[in-house]
Amino acid sequence: MALKALDYDTLNENVKKCQYAVRGELYLRASELQKEGKKIIFTNVGNPHALGQKPLTFPRQVVALCQAPFLLDDPNVGMLFPADAIARAKHYLSLTSGGLGAYSDSRGLPGVRKEVAEFIQRRDGYPSDPELIFLTDGASKGVMQILNCVIRGDGDGILVPVPQYPLYSATISLLGGTLVPYYLDESENWGLDVNNLRQSVAQARSQGITVRAMVIINPGNPTGQCLSEANLREILKYCYNEKLVLLGDEVYQQNIYQDERPFISSKKVLMDMGSPFSNGVQLVSFHTVSKGYWGECGQRGGYFEMTNLPPRVVEEIYKVASIALSPNVSAQIFMGLMVSPPKPGDISYDQFARESKGILESLRRRARIMTDGFNSCKNVVCNFTEGAMYSFPQIRLPPGAIQAAKQAGKVPDVFYCLKLLEATGISTVPGSGFGQKEGVFHLRTTILPAEEEMPEIMDSFKKFNDEFMSQYDNNVGYSRM
Amino acid sequence: MRRFLINQAKGLVDHSRRQHHKSPSFLSPQSRPLASLVSLSRFFSSTSEMSASDSTSSLPVTLDSINPKVLKCEYAVRGEIVNIAQKLQEDLKANKDAYPFDEIIYCNIGNPQSLGQLPIRFFREVLALCDHASLLDESETHGLFSIDSIDRAWKILDQIPGRATGAYSHSQGIKGLRDVIAAGIEARDGFPADPNDIFLTDGASPAVHMMMQLLLSSEKDGILCPIPQYPLYSASIALHGGSLVPYYLDEATGWGLEISDLKKQLEEARSKGIAVRALVVINPGNPTGQVLAEENQRDIVNFCKQEGLVLLADEVYQENVYVPDKKFHSFKKVARSLGYGEKDISLVSFQSVSKGYYGECGKRGGYMEVTGFTSDVREQIYKMASVNLCSNISGQILASLVMSPPKPGDDSYDSYMAERDGILSSMAKRAKTLEDALNSLEGVTCNRAEGAMYLFPRISLPQKAIEAAEAEKTAPDAFYCKRLLNATGVVVVPGSGFGQVPGTWHFRCTILPQEDKIPAIVNRLTEFHKSFMDEFRN
Repeated sequence: MALKALDYDTLNENVKKCQYAVRGELYLRASELQKEGKKIIFTNVGNPHALGQKPLTFPRQVVALCQAPFLLDDPNVGMLFPADAIARAKHYLSLTSGGLGAYSDSRGLPGVRKEVAEFIQRRDGYPSDPELIFLTDGASKGVMQILNCVIRGDGDGILVPVPQYPLYSATISLLGGTLVPYYLDESENWGLDVNNLRQSVAQARSQGITVRAMVIINPGNPTGQCLSEANLREILKYCYNEKLVLLGDEVYQQNIYQDERPFISSKKVLMDMGSPFSNGVQLVSFHTVSKGYWGECGQRGGYFEMTNLPPRVVEEIYKVASIALSPNVSAQIFMGLMVSPPKPGDISYDQFARESKGILESLRRRARIMTDGFNSCKNVVCNFTEGAMYSFPQIRLPPGAIQAAKQAGKVPDVFYCLKLLEATGISTVPGSGFGQKEGVFHLRTTILPAEEEMPEIMDSFKKFNDEFMSQYDNNVGYSRM
Repeated sequence: MRRFLINQAKGLVDHSRRQHHKSPSFLSPQSRPLASLVSLSRFFSSTSEMSASDSTSSLPVTLDSINPKVLKCEYAVRGEIVNIAQKLQEDLKANKDAYPFDEIIYCNIGNPQSLGQLPIRFFREVLALCDHASLLDESETHGLFSIDSIDRAWKILDQIPGRATGAYSHSQGIKGLRDVIAAGIEARDGFPADPNDIFLTDGASPAVHMMMQLLLSSEKDGILCPIPQYPLYSASIALHGGSLVPYYLDEATGWGLEISDLKKQLEEARSKGIAVRALVVINPGNPTGQVLAEENQRDIVNFCKQEGLVLLADEVYQENVYVPDKKFHSFKKVARSLGYGEKDISLVSFQSVSKGYYGECGKRGGYMEVTGFTSDVREQIYKMASVNLCSNISGQILASLVMSPPKPGDDSYDSYMAERDGILSSMAKRAKTLEDALNSLEGVTCNRAEGAMYLFPRISLPQKAIEAAEAEKTAPDAFYCKRLLNATGVVVVPGSGFGQVPGTWHFRCTILPQEDKIPAIVNRLTEFHKSFMDEFRN
């Protein structure tokens, strides 16, 4: 009799433990309903182009030329492509050793890494070393690589904000580490209180866990808060004192919807602080082409920059990167274009500026529309989306609803979100997928649906929510005589 | 709570400084993890002021405190010899006359387009149109692109919701593209393929990692790997904390695979308490280049079925077969031909856009076809794929093009076939030329490259050479390869990077430099070898 080769029982436990709600139960149910013909509005993932945002024209022109370099030899190419796109394609092709189809340096094309370093220098006012910048197939791969380096076993803890983007919890599970949560304060617009940090770390250490790293997501996901400079200083000081490597997820740095707290990079604050912090805190910063106003999720382009990691450790990270040979070259070019976009005076500048501005201003408006829309709903309270791409309203579920959820065998916010999906076609991610305080429920939606569709979506949500709340507010599980 | 032994890591670092020609760590799974030969400083550029020195032990992340699995894993293809070559290349720019050669020729890595191979035009036309779809609305486009590439681009874009190539797709890849790939698999094999069994990935390598992650829980889980092997497997097993169980391919019989040896290695591993979970077969082989005989494949399938092993079939070189007496047969076809279905054998087949005649390494396109797993296991595979959201869309599109290229009657068919046949026949020719050249060298024997992109000659090194290597604290084959590099500018990878029978030495050389460079390579190699043997002959 044949032995069973691979069954569920013998699978790596770490795989079984890991959860990633963004494409979990709600998404799968939504996909089923879509197949059955129901109109679904997917707001479960930060995927702008899937909701109608158009790609920026200039980068697509450049990359198309790089895909098909024989076009550059055609005398008529100028009829289809502006001269600056043609020049830029030639520039990026010259940085490769064989075009898009050759493996690049495992860290990414040196020429592109140089452009990234120059961008960081312009942004922060401090020099950046291309040798410490690695391009990756999306920022997620970079996060996984760094965590893989840091986590040795379940004795190693990683501080992760709650709520968090579940890439962190999933990766920590997969790598067999321990997630050490620190709670963001909803009543303070999801602010970070260092006392919460201290408490979490103390508790972890009392359980014998070595806390090795701290993750911050700035601007936050799902919470959207933008950290103040003072807050960042506190965090960096804390990491210095407690000997934690700081992982700065800064993929939403272009998505800022208020003016009180513009984006400031962790690296800049660190350098501003001077010695002993600037050479004593280990920092890895992550960025991507998937967010911002570019929204090029499907390209899978990202980078991380390492600060104060010993050269021998950088070598080891390089070694692991080399096993995957190289990140995809098209996305590297997108990254180059993102960090060095058209300048005033360039032929394509006006169009590029118009497209970019249009997207960012609309996002800002949609952030406001959604926040206000949620706040107008019964039992819903929503912090303003200061940045990133999401709204994370708190849904105050009545006891009757929680009871009904239990009876249906579902976590309460999952129950709510499934009902919302079935009633309206709006596909969200339940707050339990991101972590939240016990007994407090949320859902995450994106602010990405087209602006003209927003009012209808918010109306549809309000109708469902208010009816749901009325239904379960009256149904308290006992009847009045 | 398990405490991590810092001392073990410290010992590991010291050990690496003393290591010389021991076999690589992946061949001794029970031994203490050894740091790689590549522990010598890789970077020749000056270290940045921004990075901390190694002596700052107060920092949380230092060589002593990183994940030991990272330290343990090795990957020679882009290892030490490549770093030396890159330094030479830099130096060559400034000091042309200091060297007996005027360029470095990288024969270390299967990266065809970096050595002058051109991409298939039709594929790139379609990719360009998909990248910048507004081209399809312009009348001038018809003057610059073939009719069928425009047609195909429309078809593909219609499969993508909103024609949004910049959006994350389904985590297994765009459904319509998987349909095309499944149809391509069916046309190739004569047996149906299910698009739901396909997971599109950023190259085949991430798919291999996913399977290793799934299969390996600890060192007590083992994976049978061919020796010599492509070191992605040994590295991935090390990274995921499992054990590599080696089975030796037989050089004397053209790198044949003996089931009796497989069984022996399996039993030995089991007697040591290792649960062997899967068998890796690379067909056509890397670095060895053999194409398995169908009968051999049947034996392998039966073996996996009997022993309850997942068959991991690395088939990325399926379109690189150079000899008329061999043909590629997919393991799925072989299994189905034996009457084995979903309930009989667990099989994962890997394919890539990086090899074949398309050589699109930098695009990072590939897939795995997963058959013979229960739905609860499939859900876990899906879940893992979903954490990374999806693979790059351009690579997905390319994978579908590779599995359904132009057909007779298509506008681009003739030119496509000319490109394809030109590349493949040239590869066959280069393989033969280099094989003959290597076989003509004193003390060198080289099996023919039946497929893939490599030659893996065996060099018998005189005792004097071995002693000289020892004196330099280098493995003998690495010593030879470094000398070769310094004399000729040709970069090859020492056999120890792939594994070999202890006491034998090899190197892997690609067949990829353009034809016009081959004579010079042959001449320089021949001259070098003669002078090497003159120097070290017993």
